[in-house]
Amino acid sequence: MDEYRIARGLGWFSIGLGAVEMLASRQLGEAIGLAEEHHRLLPIMGMREIATGVGLLGSDDGAGWLWARTAGDAIDLAALGSALGDDGNDRTRIGLAMAAVAGVTALDAWCASRISEARNGHGLLPLGEERADDVEERMPTVKTITVNKPIDEVYAFWRDFGNFPRFMPQLESVDVREDGRSHWVAKGPAGHRIEWDAEIVDEQPGSLIAWRSLPGADVSSSGRVRFERAPADRGTVIRVELDYELPGGRAGEAIAKLFGVSPGKQTEIALLRVKQLLETGEVARTEGQPAGRARSTSRRYDDWLREGI
Amino acid sequence: MKAICWYGKHDMRVEDVPMPKLLNPRDAIVKITSTAICGSDLHLYNGFIPMMEKGDIVGHEFMGEVVEVGPGVRNLEVGDRIVVPFPISCGACHFCSRELYSLCENSNPNAPAAARMFGHSPAGMFGYSHLMGGYAGGQAEYARVPFADVDHIKVPEGFSDEQVLFLSDVLPTGYMAAEQCDIQPGDTVAVWGCGPVGLFAIKSAYLLGAGRVIGIDRVPERLRMAADGAGAETLNYEEVDIYDALLEMTGGLGPDACIDAVGMEAHGSPLEYAYDRVKQAMMLETERPIALREAIRVCRKGGTVSVPGVYGGMADKIPLGALMNKALTIRTGQTHVHRYMQPLLERIGHGEIDPSFIITHTLPLNEGPLGYDIFLNKQDECVKVVLKPGMTAH
Repeated sequence: MDEYRIARGLGWFSIGLGAVEMLASRQLGEAIGLAEEHHRLLPIMGMREIATGVGLLGSDDGAGWLWARTAGDAIDLAALGSALGDDGNDRTRIGLAMAAVAGVTALDAWCASRISEARNGHGLLPLGEERADDVEERMPTVKTITVNKPIDEVYAFWRDFGNFPRFMPQLESVDVREDGRSHWVAKGPAGHRIEWDAEIVDEQPGSLIAWRSLPGADVSSSGRVRFERAPADRGTVIRVELDYELPGGRAGEAIAKLFGVSPGKQTEIALLRVKQLLETGEVARTEGQPAGRARSTSRRYDDWLREGI
Repeated sequence: MKAICWYGKHDMRVEDVPMPKLLNPRDAIVKITSTAICGSDLHLYNGFIPMMEKGDIVGHEFMGEVVEVGPGVRNLEVGDRIVVPFPISCGACHFCSRELYSLCENSNPNAPAAARMFGHSPAGMFGYSHLMGGYAGGQAEYARVPFADVDHIKVPEGFSDEQVLFLSDVLPTGYMAAEQCDIQPGDTVAVWGCGPVGLFAIKSAYLLGAGRVIGIDRVPERLRMAADGAGAETLNYEEVDIYDALLEMTGGLGPDACIDAVGMEAHGSPLEYAYDRVKQAMMLETERPIALREAIRVCRKGGTVSVPGVYGGMADKIPLGALMNKALTIRTGQTHVHRYMQPLLERIGHGEIDPSFIITHTLPLNEGPLGYDIFLNKQDECVKVVLKPGMTAH
């Protein structure tokens, strides 16, 4: 099933039902068992139906209008519910009408939530296609930042891999060996260590460092970092391009821990910290400050951003 | 130590919390002698600021005595008396080096979250949500000041706390609001909101050469303070139509500059208030931009609308047609406090302005929650509450 097709169907259904409510309120009222004095409510409900139907058909994905429909259904249900208690009405027929509206409400809410999820990047829409997250894992991630320092200073800081644990706190140590290869140790899940060796595959002093991990690593990665002079004397632009493969098993688990849900997000944070270190000499932090709760930071609002600091 | 912590809407409590420590080389710790409740703290109190966590220490207007200095701070010593600006600024980034301190790029550890909301992150701030960095605030006995070598002004001998405390926020905020109006000699300036920021905007507009300043509010004691304390003409929006009254006062031209010192929780006519309050409650907008709409509509053609009032999200029915067709200039921003502290300290020293006139209540820190309540409800003619950690309860 395709939620977008259902949404369009609901849009036309809205317009059709609305038209009946407006143009044939008396006949409809009798059919669903409403006493005559309540019939004048139906054209008003019909106007709402038509408005949401037009909105739904006229919008790109319709999630907002579907939620509006869901809210409208709730109002209709409430109105029918109150009519149920009125002696002038046919309770059996109203009950049947309420069941029908409830069914449509459920469909509206289900469809709205599916489309909302898809819009936020978590859904599986349209079915059979990949969501953005899956694609991201295989595409190079590019992140960039401008640092208010001369290019030589920025390059030298990055080229000294021993600096990495200062802005990627997940790293325990980075040792550069004499053959130019480096050994990286990171904190893994449940106290495990994750280790790998890496080598530089291309280096242009002052402008480019490209690396890749060596076979046998717990984690495989490769990528490039480029340095460019920023325009108008604004310092240096750092551009990181990460190639990622997410293997399964232990390494997959490890890399998920190492880089959080998205390598892009972790790179973004790491670059901010590089900028902070180069421009101010320290990493902005609140861990360890007082608070009127057990933790100094907020698990909900801080930790997801600052994993591992 | 004692600190005022946020636990939810209308729920501030005085709690025992750990002492702050130096966490970075450029930190200092101050023992707070005076700290104030800001109008923007009421947005926290009313639950309108997102990303607050139970137990957050609030407060961003504070001063005190330095008791500990990190090894990276060379221009402060234990015993120095300092006022701390509310934005946390590194002093070294592109924006700080251009004196745009409230746009500091390095002080918000949660910058990606703020960037998702605003496109880019502003500076971190004390006690003002995790969106602004989640820093513990200064309504406490002690506070940690990051980048303390940049984020302070030393108080010379001879000034009382009451004279200099407001250099931390509301005095520079009112001043920058007026400075942004590019006031020409004899200009007429209208100021929406006669709370502390509005009152200082009125004072500053006169200092910068305005011929007439008109203060707008509905609270009698605030209008009185605008008239008697700051020398403004006043309008009560519950008694007159502001658009008609301002046109009449300016020969149909409208004010040359308009200052919105109200922000996201404006009141206004019952109908317009109800419209925005309902949309706010339904989360269809986060602000009630009633003062801003009025300012844009009445401002002179080619004039300036300056917005020190705090906004945090999305608003509806902003009259862009008026803004565009009348060729208005909008100036806004969190205050670049550091830029104004020294010149304003000098003006205080020369007697051009005495900021202490806005203080209506001085309470011990322990009575902070009561201070929030009377400030919110404008009870007892409350305009500004100063809290003193050293004062004993009466």
